[in-house]
Amino acid sequence: MYPSRFHYEAPRSLDDALDLKAAHGDDAKVLAGGQSLVPLLKLRFASPELLVDINNIPALDYHVVDADGTLRVGALCRHADLERSTLLGKHPTMAAAAPMIADPIVRNRGTLVGSWCHADPQGDWASVMLALGAVLVVDGPGGRRQIPASQVVTGPFQNSLRPDEIAIEARIPGASGTAAGSYLKLERRVGDFATVGVAVAVDSSGGTVSRAGIALTGVGPANIEATAAAQALVGKRLDAGTIEQAAALAAEAAQPKTDHRGSAEYKRHIVHTFVTRGLGGNGAVHAAA
Amino acid sequence: MAPLDEIKIGGLGSSRKRVEDDRFIVGRGNYTDDIKLPGMLHMEILRSPVAHARIKSIDTSKAQAIPGVRLVLTGEMMAQRNLAWMPTLSYDTQAVLATDKVRFQGQEVACVVADDPYIAKDGCEAIVVEYETLPAIVSPVQALAEGAPLIRDDKEGQNDNVIFRWEVGDKERTDRAFASADKVSTLELHYPRSHPSPIECCGSIADYNSATSKLTVYMTTQAPHIIRAAVALVAELPEHMIRIVAPDIGGGFGNKVPVYPGYVASILCSILLGKPVKWIEDKTGNLISTGFARDMYLRSEMALSNAGKILGVRIHADSDHGAFFSDAQPSKFKIGLLHSAFGCYDFPAGHITAQGTYTNKAPGGVAYRCSFRVTEAMFFQERMVQAAAADLGMDQAEFRRKNLVRDDQFPYRTPFGFLLDSGQYEKCLDIGLEAIGYKEFKAQQAEALARGRRLGIGISTMTEPLGAGNSREYDILGIKMFDSAELRVHPTGKAILRTGAKSQGQGHETTWAQIVSHELGIPAADILVEEGDTDTAPFGMGTYASRSTPVAGAAVAMVSRKIRAKARKLAAHLLEVSEEDIEWELGRFYVRGAQDRGVSIQECAMAAYANMPDGMEPGLENNAYYDPPNLTWPFACYIAKVEVDPETGVWDVLKMVAVDDCGVRINPMIVEGQIMGGLTEAYAMSNMQFQTYDADGNCVGANYMDYLLPTSWETPGFELHEVVTPCPHHPIGAKGVGECAAVGGPAAFVNAVMNALEDTGVRNIDMPLLPDRVWEAIKYQRDVSGAPPVRTD
Amino acid sequence: MEERRITVTVNGQDQTVDIEPRLLLAHLLREGLALTGTHIGCDTTNCGACTVLVDGRPVKSCTMLAVQADGHEVTTVEGLGTSSELNPIQEGFKEEHGLQCGFCTSGMMLSAAALLKENPNPSEEDVRWALSGNLCRCTGYQNIVKSVLWAAEKMRASV
Repeated sequence: MYPSRFHYEAPRSLDDALDLKAAHGDDAKVLAGGQSLVPLLKLRFASPELLVDINNIPALDYHVVDADGTLRVGALCRHADLERSTLLGKHPTMAAAAPMIADPIVRNRGTLVGSWCHADPQGDWASVMLALGAVLVVDGPGGRRQIPASQVVTGPFQNSLRPDEIAIEARIPGASGTAAGSYLKLERRVGDFATVGVAVAVDSSGGTVSRAGIALTGVGPANIEATAAAQALVGKRLDAGTIEQAAALAAEAAQPKTDHRGSAEYKRHIVHTFVTRGLGGNGAVHAAA
Repeated sequence: MAPLDEIKIGGLGSSRKRVEDDRFIVGRGNYTDDIKLPGMLHMEILRSPVAHARIKSIDTSKAQAIPGVRLVLTGEMMAQRNLAWMPTLSYDTQAVLATDKVRFQGQEVACVVADDPYIAKDGCEAIVVEYETLPAIVSPVQALAEGAPLIRDDKEGQNDNVIFRWEVGDKERTDRAFASADKVSTLELHYPRSHPSPIECCGSIADYNSATSKLTVYMTTQAPHIIRAAVALVAELPEHMIRIVAPDIGGGFGNKVPVYPGYVASILCSILLGKPVKWIEDKTGNLISTGFARDMYLRSEMALSNAGKILGVRIHADSDHGAFFSDAQPSKFKIGLLHSAFGCYDFPAGHITAQGTYTNKAPGGVAYRCSFRVTEAMFFQERMVQAAAADLGMDQAEFRRKNLVRDDQFPYRTPFGFLLDSGQYEKCLDIGLEAIGYKEFKAQQAEALARGRRLGIGISTMTEPLGAGNSREYDILGIKMFDSAELRVHPTGKAILRTGAKSQGQGHETTWAQIVSHELGIPAADILVEEGDTDTAPFGMGTYASRSTPVAGAAVAMVSRKIRAKARKLAAHLLEVSEEDIEWELGRFYVRGAQDRGVSIQECAMAAYANMPDGMEPGLENNAYYDPPNLTWPFACYIAKVEVDPETGVWDVLKMVAVDDCGVRINPMIVEGQIMGGLTEAYAMSNMQFQTYDADGNCVGANYMDYLLPTSWETPGFELHEVVTPCPHHPIGAKGVGECAAVGGPAAFVNAVMNALEDTGVRNIDMPLLPDRVWEAIKYQRDVSGAPPVRTD
Repeated sequence: MEERRITVTVNGQDQTVDIEPRLLLAHLLREGLALTGTHIGCDTTNCGACTVLVDGRPVKSCTMLAVQADGHEVTTVEGLGTSSELNPIQEGFKEEHGLQCGFCTSGMMLSAAALLKENPNPSEEDVRWALSGNLCRCTGYQNIVKSVLWAAEKMRASV
């Protein structure tokens, strides 16, 4: 309940924040929404030397949809902003996931970008980002670069940012054709971590799938991109046989462990069930099929 | 003169709004952590990270060097003062700060006192403890296995991990019943470990004044007088120089009955430092070290006739008490009131055996919204009854109807010796069945199955013993379980009432006044209720086990009657007639045959101070100590309807009906609030809320990320019904109620899910019915055990 | 020891205090500003007993550093309404028996206040959803939901 001592800076510009990161590297932790970091500080599981609070940096709290359909989510855009957003009509997986993050109060502070970088294997957003083929935009002394979702999370609580970089935006491509998708999460109560979460995103034209993404939460050391499962959908119509094939491949891709949330067998089964339901049991998907 | 309207003055039966709300809704409650004394220091506890280990060394030097750290206390320092161990409420001993070994994860190892809690925590972090790890034991089976490590090697003559063996009932008669049975049903299950987990954790502020030698402790306790007696014994301080104050309490549910090491350590720190020392536990500390509940393995056999009558019952219970036997329960009953099981059913013979074991888990065994193991008893009873009905091929409601004690059988003596006082069991069952739509259910079930969903209805009917004690049978550490009230009526007819109970949300400040109002006709708004300060409150055993209304509430009625008796004499004096010529109506005495010639209770009060007759002792105050002749026996019928998704194992409550007969209701609004709270705990226990341990003795459920409590989103709505059968021996006909729904409710939910799975042949899934367990049961058509250690890859 | 001077507007009043960066907002409110109506229930950002409004949005004050509140507006239960001038939500909790031990009540009421500002006519489901970040162990929530709906009705009637 009582964090260790740390130094604290709240720079007013991104450049100042980057200077601090450049000077302190891994000893400095970036504080955005703080809904994962502050609990870690309180439990003293994390004791950084310096906190770089980016909340005073202007113009990072946006989420916008560009003309080409790309959804850009700034580092200070809160989960609640996305939950209440009117801009996600063509991003059904995003719209489905936003209300499933933590609980309503936590969503008022927590951020998508922060949660993604936090790389909790049970984090929801990282799966959604994988399924949607998003990229993470980071800034650093070497300038801005984009990290594809598949390379952002490198392990439990580990990301691929360099010590002197700060994540500033999640960039989610728009759909080609009709977008459909869902995020199904087996949680025992609101605010629970996912026993299993499954993100599904499908773009289609004329009933044929042109792009698909499937990603899994809580069934491996990091979120898992079920590439083969998604690939099995491309070029096909979403009929029962195709869905079953994808569900089976996704279940195969899962690497669950037996623990107090359920047996490995059960979790694998839920992946199968949720992929099936996500592809077939969702109104938006039906519209696309 | 029109008689007083009792409901209008806030008397019996009035859903009077709560007095205590006025401060809580504006944030002006006064909880332990809200109290700040001049010069107050802060204490934090260093806990063991491992379940079982020998302590090789403790180095506190770095902690002591931190600026702002005032004291580092270790077990060794406690031992020098003979305070390293303290007695438990069950005649065992418990380590205050570990000296030789740690025996469970989270055990108290050292304390740091500092200027603020952040620094105290820094100090804890700087202490270096070297442990030599020993194998951990996390279940009775492990504890009893040959070659199991001895947990309590501190106790002379303790050569195994057995705490007690106990039995009750008539073995021979039960054996005969089984010999004559047409059929024998069996069931085995584990009632998982649970933690009461009030949102407010435990805490204390010890303030020892070396000039006056007086110790004041503000603390989170449901039983201040028990604590005072315990502190007097442990700290060897004279009892009159100890003042325990329980301010507002943020929920108790049994968790705040025992004496915890943190309390004792804060007291010693205050004595050593001569300053007030505050200790506020964090949630993990609360969950992994303070009074848990349940953790019992039950197996039973039921002898049945083909006609569907219960002929006899055998139960064996193995209970897991953790590292110290610190159950809070009457000393005569080693496994609490487990023998209240099957109480509502008419059957001739029963026999129970029980065995308690030490394990490397947190100690406790508290009555979590429960009267001493009745939760296990009633859960098991109703699970067994459902299994028996299924074995007989009988409808679950009909089987109950056939075996429930009939209205004309009261008072009814159970085979285990309890005397049931009153009830209308079948009526409650009928109301419940009607409300849930039992008749239409079969058709709904078939319709649901067609769309891949399984529906189930679960019934739980039970009566339980509430309101310990009577003093013949019930005591804690030898102190009899009566309770008390003291009433002072001031000259203007306003009053202050104090009791030996202690509210933690039950609304005593509101309802006690209603009893006085009922007895004396003084408006409830004119009566201040105060509890929790041992310097002012009469001696009582506190609030837990739904005992407040049955015992302290009865004392409130009795003291009011004493006041009325004196007021009658005053009225006779004022009206200048003899006492025999005086009649009473609510709030007023009058002359028999001349109803308009009367005096109000308020006028009598003034006379007690201003115009008493010659020779009468002035004043209008009294006290009453109430020793109940029997427990009260509320009855309840809970029925849940659920829908199971067989593909995921997730189940939802479609409807939950509660029919409670708790006798006369003092404040119906508050009674209903208690029932809904209990139903929610029942739902929680059946669905998600439990603690378990891994093979190394690590607690799973050590914080609210893993110890799951339902939110407003999952919690179902409840439909409440009532039946009123007044308790024949309680002064106002009331029975206990606070725990009923938490005791009887879990079986309704579990039975509903099991009913939905009936065709699979699955007999039992241990609580909580987590989705993976339900799925596994359906898929493999097999029972699922929840016994620790938790399964891992 | 590193200290920061911050100015926070708490219940409409500017408060300037010197604090350590590690101080949690909940502790600043309770210890520094003696606003003990904000309670602390858990260590892991689950229970919501410490909920306050920061710039109008419910936030768990145990999961925000006090230093982060610099320049922001905080509303605690003490700012919701006073005994002589109760907020309808406070009235509703008393009317519908929406509290027992009172420990979760402040947080519940503040979450409810934010909900009713955003949605003056919520359904029971809306209320249950909005309050699902606040745990209550006593009431079973049913009366809390009724309390909020009571307040909503009163607030709508007075507009």
